[in-house]
Amino acid sequence: MINKSKAFNAIAVAALVIGMLLALIPFWILFVNSFSSEEYLTLHGYSIWPREFSTAAYEYLLNAGSSIGRAYFMSAVISAIGVSASLVMTVLFAYPLSHKELPGRNLFSFLLFFTMLFNGGLVPTYMVYTNILNVKDSLAGMIVPYLLMNAFYVIMVRTYFTSSIPGEVTEAAQIDGATYLSCLIRIVVPMSKPILATVALMTLINYWNNWTNGIYFLQTRTDYYGIQNYLNDVMNKATFLQSHMTGSMLGFKVPNTSVRMAIAVIAVIPLLVAYPFFQKYFVKGITLGSVKG
Amino acid sequence: MNTIKKKSLGKRIVKFLPLYIMLIPGLAYLILNNYIPMFGLVIAFKKVDYSVGILRSPFVGLKNFTYLFSNNDALRALRNTVLYNIGFIVLGNVISIAIAIFLDSVKSKFLSRSSQVVILIPYLLSTVIVSYIVYAFLNPTTGFMNNSILPLFGIHEKIKWYNVPKYWPFILTFVYLWMSLGYSSILYYSNIIGIDKSYYEAASVDGASIWQQILHITLPGLKNTIITLVLLAVGHICYSDFGLFYQIPQHSGLLYSTTQTIDTFVYRALLELNDVGRSSAAGFLQSILGFVLVLGANLIVSRIDKESALF
Repeated sequence: MINKSKAFNAIAVAALVIGMLLALIPFWILFVNSFSSEEYLTLHGYSIWPREFSTAAYEYLLNAGSSIGRAYFMSAVISAIGVSASLVMTVLFAYPLSHKELPGRNLFSFLLFFTMLFNGGLVPTYMVYTNILNVKDSLAGMIVPYLLMNAFYVIMVRTYFTSSIPGEVTEAAQIDGATYLSCLIRIVVPMSKPILATVALMTLINYWNNWTNGIYFLQTRTDYYGIQNYLNDVMNKATFLQSHMTGSMLGFKVPNTSVRMAIAVIAVIPLLVAYPFFQKYFVKGITLGSVKG
Repeated sequence: MNTIKKKSLGKRIVKFLPLYIMLIPGLAYLILNNYIPMFGLVIAFKKVDYSVGILRSPFVGLKNFTYLFSNNDALRALRNTVLYNIGFIVLGNVISIAIAIFLDSVKSKFLSRSSQVVILIPYLLSTVIVSYIVYAFLNPTTGFMNNSILPLFGIHEKIKWYNVPKYWPFILTFVYLWMSLGYSSILYYSNIIGIDKSYYEAASVDGASIWQQILHITLPGLKNTIITLVLLAVGHICYSDFGLFYQIPQHSGLLYSTTQTIDTFVYRALLELNDVGRSSAAGFLQSILGFVLVLGANLIVSRIDKESALF
C-alpha cells in the first residue's frame, strides 16, 4: 500500500498499538497478580499493577508443589514423546506419498485427505479408544488419540518434499545404491528442516496445551495429568468451593488465588520463552495453512 | 501381454516394498483414529448395552433421535452453534482484514513487525489458561471488571457474570476474537504482501486515496482468500471450539441457554450424564451435516475459483 496520508498512518499506528495492548493486558494481569499478596487480592481484587508485591505464591509452588511439579513433568514427558512419535509418523507417511510413481499412491493420499472432510466425532472415537484399544487411564490416552498424526501436517510435509527437494539429488543417491530409507534419513530429512521445524512446533503447541484427552480418558489415574489438566482440576474445585461453602468439609485443598495465577504463568512460560525463536516458523505454518496441499 | 503387465506390477511392488512398509504406522493410525469411528457412527441407531458389547447391542431404529428431540436442549445447542459461528465469521474476517491492512500500510516497519509478534501471543495459550484470565476479569467479588473497569463508568453493582446467560454471547465472541484474530490477521497479511506493488504505485500516481486503494486493489486482491476462508467456515458451521464453550463459562449450568453448543452437548451427554443414545444421535447429525456442508461449500468454491477449491 502506498500510504501518503498522515491521518491514515495515525489511525494505523493507533489501531496496532491498541491491538498489542489488548493482546498483552489480559496476560499481564495474570502475571501481575501472581506476584500480589493473597490478602490484597481477597480484599481489593485483581489489579493491573502489583500492589503489596510478594513472591509467596512462587515460594509455595517451590515448597509444597509436589503434585504441581509432577503435572509439569508429565506435560514435558507427554510433549516430548508425542512430538517425536508424531514427527516420525508424519515423515514416514509423507515420504512414500511424495513418489509419483508409487502404485496405489492416489488411494493412500485419498485415505489421508478424506479424514479432513469426514469424521466420526467424539462418541465412536471414545468407544474405540476405551473399548477396543483400552487407553483409558493410561499414558497412551494422553498421547495417541487425536494428536499423533494430523492429515494436514502430512500434506504440508509431502508438498515440501515434492516441491523443494530436487528429484536429481535423490535419484543420484539411488543410482549409487542408496535405499529408500537411507535416502530419507541422509538426504530428504536434512534438506527439510524448515518444514519439519514448523510441524514440530505446531505439534508441540497441540500437545503442551492439550487437556481434552485428559478429561476424556483419565478418570482415576489423575497422576497422569499434565499441567493443563491440573489447572482445570484446580479451577473446578475452586469454583465448586465458592458455590458450596461446605466443600471445605469434603477435604478439598485448593491453592489460593495468587498461587493459581502463578501455576497458570509457569504453564505458559515454556511456550512464551521459546516463542521469539520459533516465531518465524510459526508464521510460516500459518501462511502455509492458506495454501492447499 | 497381460502376464507381462502383472509381472511388472508385481516387480514394481517389490521395488517399492520399503515405501509400503513406511506407510504402515500411519495407515494403522488412520484406521483406528479415523476409519473405525466413521463406521462407529452406527451406534446412533443402537441401544448400547456394555454387558453384551457394542457390536452385539440391539438396533433400535430412530429411537435415539426421537429421544434427542424430545426436549429442546439439542435444538438450542444447534441454534447456539450456528449463531455463534455466523457472528465469528463476520466479525473475525472484517476485523482481521482491517488489522492486516494496518500491518501492511503503517509506515513504521518496527511497529508492523512487533505487532505481528505480539498479536499471536493469545494463540499460544490453552483454553484452560484463557479461562483463568477470563475468570480474573469476571470473578464477581474480586474480578477486574467489577472492581476496576465498571466503576470507571459509574457502575458499582457487583454483576454475577457466571449466573446471567445474556452477557455470554458478547463475552464468548470477545474471547474468541481475542484468541483467533492474531492468526487470521497474519494469514490475510501474508496474502496482502503478495499483491503486486505496481498497482498501488499506479493508483497513487493517479491520485487514488487510501480508501480507494483498499476498495479497488487490496480487497479484490484478497477476494479468493476471503471466499475460501468464509466458505470453509460455513462448511464447519455445525462445529464449535469445544474448549471455548466448555472452559471459558466455567461449566456453569446456569449459562447453558447461551453457552451450550453441539460439541459441549455431546461431551456432557456422553461423559457427564452417561447418555450414549442422545450423544451418539447428536454426534451422528453433526458428522453427516458437517460432511454435506463441507462438500457443498467446496462445490461453490470450485465454481467461483477452481484454484482455491480444497479438491
